[in-house]
Amino acid sequence: MNRFRLLWRKSLNVVMLTLTGVAALAVVSVLFLILGYLIWNGGKSLNWNFFTQLPAPVGETGGGMANAIVGSMKLLLMAAVIGLPIGLMGGIYLAEFGGKAFSFAVRYTADLLNGVPSIVMGMFVNLLVVVPMKGFTTVAGGIALGIMAIPITLRSSEEFLRSVPVNMREASLALGASKWRTIASVVLPAAKGGIITGMLLALARVAGETAPLLFTAFGNQFWSPGWKQPTAALPLVVYTYAISAYPDWHRQAWAGGLVLLALVLMANIGTRLVLSRGGAARSV
Amino acid sequence: MNTKKTVVLVCLLLGLAVTLGADSTVLLNAAGATFPYPIYSKWFNVYHTEHPSVQINYQSIGSGGGIQQLKSGTVDFGASDMPLKDDLLGQFSFKILQFPTVLGAVVPTYNIPGVQAELKFTPKAIAGIYLGTINKWNDPEITSANAGVNLPANDIVVMHRSDGSGTTFVWTDYLSKISPEWKSRVGSNTSVNWPVGLGGKGNEGVTGLVQQTPNSIGYVELIYAIQNHMGYGLVQNSSGKFVKASLASVTEAASGVAAKMAQDLRVSITDAPGATAYPICSFTYLLIPVKISDSAKRDNIKTFLHWMLTTGQSQVEALDYARLPKAVVAIEEKQISQIQ
Amino acid sequence: MGSHATAVERAPSPWAGRTLLRRLAEGDAVAHTVTLIFAASIILITSLLVYQLWISSAYSRKTFGWHFWFSRVWDPVFEHFGALPFIYGTLVTSAIALIIAIPLGLAAAIFLAELAPRKISDSISFLIDLLAAVPSVIYGLLGIFVVVPLMRTIIGPALKSALGFLPIFAGPNYGLGLLTAGIVLSIMVVPFIISVSREVLLTVPREQREAALALGATRWESTWKVVVPYARAGIMGSVFLSLARALGETMAVTMVIGNAALIGTSLFSPGDTIASMLANQYSEATGRLYLSALIELGLVLFLITFILNGAARLLILTTERGGGRPA
Repeated sequence: MNRFRLLWRKSLNVVMLTLTGVAALAVVSVLFLILGYLIWNGGKSLNWNFFTQLPAPVGETGGGMANAIVGSMKLLLMAAVIGLPIGLMGGIYLAEFGGKAFSFAVRYTADLLNGVPSIVMGMFVNLLVVVPMKGFTTVAGGIALGIMAIPITLRSSEEFLRSVPVNMREASLALGASKWRTIASVVLPAAKGGIITGMLLALARVAGETAPLLFTAFGNQFWSPGWKQPTAALPLVVYTYAISAYPDWHRQAWAGGLVLLALVLMANIGTRLVLSRGGAARSV
Repeated sequence: MNTKKTVVLVCLLLGLAVTLGADSTVLLNAAGATFPYPIYSKWFNVYHTEHPSVQINYQSIGSGGGIQQLKSGTVDFGASDMPLKDDLLGQFSFKILQFPTVLGAVVPTYNIPGVQAELKFTPKAIAGIYLGTINKWNDPEITSANAGVNLPANDIVVMHRSDGSGTTFVWTDYLSKISPEWKSRVGSNTSVNWPVGLGGKGNEGVTGLVQQTPNSIGYVELIYAIQNHMGYGLVQNSSGKFVKASLASVTEAASGVAAKMAQDLRVSITDAPGATAYPICSFTYLLIPVKISDSAKRDNIKTFLHWMLTTGQSQVEALDYARLPKAVVAIEEKQISQIQ
Repeated sequence: MGSHATAVERAPSPWAGRTLLRRLAEGDAVAHTVTLIFAASIILITSLLVYQLWISSAYSRKTFGWHFWFSRVWDPVFEHFGALPFIYGTLVTSAIALIIAIPLGLAAAIFLAELAPRKISDSISFLIDLLAAVPSVIYGLLGIFVVVPLMRTIIGPALKSALGFLPIFAGPNYGLGLLTAGIVLSIMVVPFIISVSREVLLTVPREQREAALALGATRWESTWKVVVPYARAGIMGSVFLSLARALGETMAVTMVIGNAALIGTSLFSPGDTIASMLANQYSEATGRLYLSALIELGLVLFLITFILNGAARLLILTTERGGGRPA
């Protein structure tokens, strides 16, 4: 009896442990499947035209996504200008100055902001910016993406600032520097690597967002000059093309998806490599 | 330090370059119907080539979207297949003019594996399919009109629009006219409470769904079915004849209304009389505010409208839209002068 | 207390009489204020968001009241708005996603925390984190062109032949639908379950494992019966986090769910989630009531994700502080 039970337990052990390995393998292989599909279907459409031309009229073949790529870059620039300073400064406050109650409130609301579904964020910015400004604009899209970048930047900035050793700060203070001087000249440079990677990760995250752009950036067939006009964006165009029936649009959707994924993955891989080399590795 | 400075400088320059757009360009933003999107897309593209300083950015988000965004003032003009009745006009804080642009047909497109023939649909069949009372392809109502076609006993997958659509309005307007049950149960509007079916976004989305889903049927503007090489059926008109959507049959449907349009450009031409008339077609409208404060925008919109009524009309037939009747063109030319 | 001869004189304030330093001190105050303002702006933005959603949904809340939540009818023509079909779709797709993702994710997390050598564990974790970074629209793209045909041609018929008698697998299989959306969602949330579970499993003290092994447990038994229960709270937290993510997911879902405001008993039936229908209908909601109803739905979605996120954080914190209760 005992021996049978032992055999059962031993075999169960082997089976379950193998299953866990299989599970991990299955999940990882999904990533490669996604990449593989995109490269296979999108790779052949990545030509010079794709990167330099504007979209062709509906139903005609050819044309490219040049305006969507530039549009996404402009939106990211705007998001960086709005979201990153708030996140960084807020992180500095929380790490260096914060009072208990107020810091708790800031962290709590940042968490709240992080959890807002992206479609609701789009609706909010639409009500707040688009309707009063009477127009869909790159600014509105940038604001939506920027707000979404704040919580990630805040959390990673605070974390990396806190990780700067206390003795560095105390040494600086002992030398007569004031607090702000310490922060500016000693703490920030020390935490620089982590903070920048946090910012890049935040931008990579918002670069792929589509829902907030539906009601803010809106889309554009042409180049979008300045900041107060609607603009095309890579995720928006991929979405529009993917749900259509035109094979040429499908082809371009794959290519656009590949470009988008490549950018996001490169940012993620690059920053994490830098982080791990620096020794401080924490997932967000 | 040097590399940092150059990076900052490059970024600033890029930012500057990107910000200083071509400010002499007149930028018009419009949104609305997907029904005429292929021809509008062509028009705005050609117009831009002829007038490089004018850019008309049109987003095809559905007639409902066009109406709403025009109301909010976020676009310069809108597009809708559904003409706006007075109660809807009352919700606007400013007056708008409605300009028919082209005539188009809404066709029932389908994807039945093994069936290549052109199917004939009676009004009862279409109403039954969309009400959910007819749910197999070999239902007698369908087979009786299609002798000789081997229709399978498969379930019909019904596709409709998930967004606010003028095409939906035209389709449901027709259904309301030929089916009292539809009229009382569902009604006609850009967005309705569908008894059955899956939703696709835009004419593009419905076409895509039908294309990819076996045994499905959907309603789309004619050019979408043609451009995507999909089969579409004939519909029985009020005279009892099965008519295929074409330039001729659509033009015929509009032939009776030109006189009425002198009073009011908002007409419905579904289930029109006439032996060769196609029963499910519609004008589609551009919604233009009467008062446009920006003079550059105003002048360019007026110029475009003139262009649309003359040069533009010569391009519509290549995309299987029918031209506006000459009488209607004349009425619209006069209406343009109302824009201030 | 008399003064001592050796009393230390109070050191003069370092700022006293030093104008340069006083300026620097004010610089400190300036820095404090500036960063405070930025931090406060976060609170301001969030409050503004909640406020805007609240007042814009007021009309709908007043008109429908609690009836909004239980009405099945979404009729823009007759202006009857009820949220039930969308709540149903949201809950069902998220449930399917969790049913698939929790066993898969937990198993993978166990592998990474307990079995794999540290280096392999780190590299695989890294790859799984990349999966979390893939944009939603890309999942949608693959959903339309890969998962939907797969569902229609292989998975659906297989399920039907094996389990077709169950009402949840009855009805026609279009490829699009609740099940497909659930499957796509499961892939999107599994990285969160793995990443957080792995971390909490790693914090379980070695003594727990070793005690179990010393008592004769197999590796699996020690993991499943001792370590995992110890980390139970944190794992629950990861589930809540994933649920919050799944509820708010928009693009991937709207591209594969079929967009029909129905409550279908079959998993093959099309449906709609709150996020997906907001994406479709927001820009064209004509009429005050319609728009207000949509915003009310957005508010509800926000509140639900807020509660879940809060609960998740609490649970994860409980485990990390070593709050695992003895089994």
